[in-house]
Amino acid sequence: MTRLVNLVLSLMLAATLVGLTGAARAQGPLRIEITEGVIEPLPFAAPAFLPENAGAETLAVQITQVIADDLVGTGLFREIPAGAFISTVTSFSSPVQYSDWKAINAQALITGAVGVTSDGRVTVKFRLFDVFAENQLGDGLQFAGTTASWRRMAHKVADAIYQRITGEGGYFDSRVVFVSETGPKNARRKRLAIMDYDGANVQFLTDSSSIVLAPRFSPTGDRVLYTSYETGFPQIYLLDVETVGTRSLGQQTGTLTFAPRFSPDGSTVVYSVSQGGNSDIYRMPVQGGPETRLTSTPSIETAPSFSPDGGSIVFESDRSGTQQLYVMPASGGEATRISFGAGRYGTPVWSPRGDLIAFTKQNKGRFHIGVMRVDGSEERLLTASFLDEGPTWSPNGRVIMFTRESQGASGAPSLYSVDISGRNLRRVPTEGAASDPAWSPLLP
Amino acid sequence: MTHPIKALLLIASLGLAACTSPDRFGGGNSVDLNNSGGLNDPNAMGAGDATSPSYFSSTIGDRVLFAVDESTLSPEARQILTGQASWLNQNTAYAILVEGHADEQGTREYNLALSAKRASAVQQFLVAQGIAGNRIRTVPYGKERPLEICSEESCYAKNRRAVTVLQAGGTS
Repeated sequence: MTRLVNLVLSLMLAATLVGLTGAARAQGPLRIEITEGVIEPLPFAAPAFLPENAGAETLAVQITQVIADDLVGTGLFREIPAGAFISTVTSFSSPVQYSDWKAINAQALITGAVGVTSDGRVTVKFRLFDVFAENQLGDGLQFAGTTASWRRMAHKVADAIYQRITGEGGYFDSRVVFVSETGPKNARRKRLAIMDYDGANVQFLTDSSSIVLAPRFSPTGDRVLYTSYETGFPQIYLLDVETVGTRSLGQQTGTLTFAPRFSPDGSTVVYSVSQGGNSDIYRMPVQGGPETRLTSTPSIETAPSFSPDGGSIVFESDRSGTQQLYVMPASGGEATRISFGAGRYGTPVWSPRGDLIAFTKQNKGRFHIGVMRVDGSEERLLTASFLDEGPTWSPNGRVIMFTRESQGASGAPSLYSVDISGRNLRRVPTEGAASDPAWSPLLP
Repeated sequence: MTHPIKALLLIASLGLAACTSPDRFGGGNSVDLNNSGGLNDPNAMGAGDATSPSYFSSTIGDRVLFAVDESTLSPEARQILTGQASWLNQNTAYAILVEGHADEQGTREYNLALSAKRASAVQQFLVAQGIAGNRIRTVPYGKERPLEICSEESCYAKNRRAVTVLQAGGTS
């Protein structure tokens, strides 16, 4: 098929999609509307990618597996086991026997090839087919990188597939910074760690000599703000992910600062300062400079989070008597309460899409992760447990990761994820106890 | 008690504390994991000596407890703190660090802020009782350093606390 014909077909396909909603249709175009809350995952076949040269065999299988795991992990897709395949893909460029894939109800077919060069470079190329429409969905794509970054290339392929089928940006080529925990509950040791979104490639960023809390990525994912007790008091630090160098944000000795977050342009940090027992919200340039006080009340104001346009800040305050959520202009000023349901609300985080605010809710002795519109309407609780807290958004604003702590003397925290329809609750694999996840943007 | 003996006891206590908690004296990097390794470690020597740090922690009482989501001082807490203030007014060799703590029922940031209020409530009470403000520092630990580890009110009640930790470096 020539590129022109392919393009025309793609446009026709796109045209037929207009006005269509709902979950994947068995005989319709390959499309998932995430917002509908998919109940029946879309079946796909991903025959092991073909090795293009000797030495690529193992990597080809591993890359195919990571792609399949990414897709299945969304809860939107179901992998058809290779044992059911009728066709064998023997060449990346040979025509697809659609009837063989229809027969096993594979709505999507992913084929690919992996090559390894002698200087340690890997190339991964793939094609995505809409089996029932009998055409290719989008052009074939190729990614290249070092052998060490093979997982990233697999994630990029999976992101492209996810994007083509859902129409939404992906989130697989991303990382999570979190607090790794060891030791008993009354003598917990904490250190910052970073890993791929799926738990692979864990690296520690700090040692466990000081308590560290709540790391937060910069909008470009290259820096992390966090709170550390390095001086004996909670204060904010900035860490460069590449060099693992850290510096204090320049607070005076004994000043108590915590709950930092970046502004969407990465230039400003918003955070809490506790003075004389009273916590208020401040902002200052990341590069240093004067602090600006944004709230001045005798109540607790903390957990600030910018809107993606940088114009507003959502935060929690107990000025009404209990913890509730408020929105104020990013320069301070009058705040509007947005949470009105039963219970207490904390740790609000603005979605990167700008449409929702995720939060922690406490009600009747249970903790929940929930979302609401930015005006506080349409509150929905996504989880319930002994202790869920600290939501963080996936780069596409469709999945939330959070801390879930188990009950009792041997209780320990783990990372979980759930999609914004409340489906697909999963534990994120970490070697030991883990808390306070923060999801990076998509990597460049 | 004569001054030389008192000095010896203080040195002994300092020695013990330094083993368990080097960060109490500023500039150290490690964090005391048990909240009890300061000068007022009850295991330190000299509990019978009314001027000893261990007397302060075991007889005067080095901690006060709080109701759920509260930072106001109960009558019991005020009584203990009155005792602390009186002891500190007589034993001026010590500065103090007031640690605020919360139980695990709460979000991390809120509990930090709440524990800061608790520590500050103690600080303000002691200042009102005549302790110089520059002898007192506060540190909020939120829910990071529970004393008791069960997930029941019996443990939570002990974890909602402010602990007055003696440090070297008073004003005498």
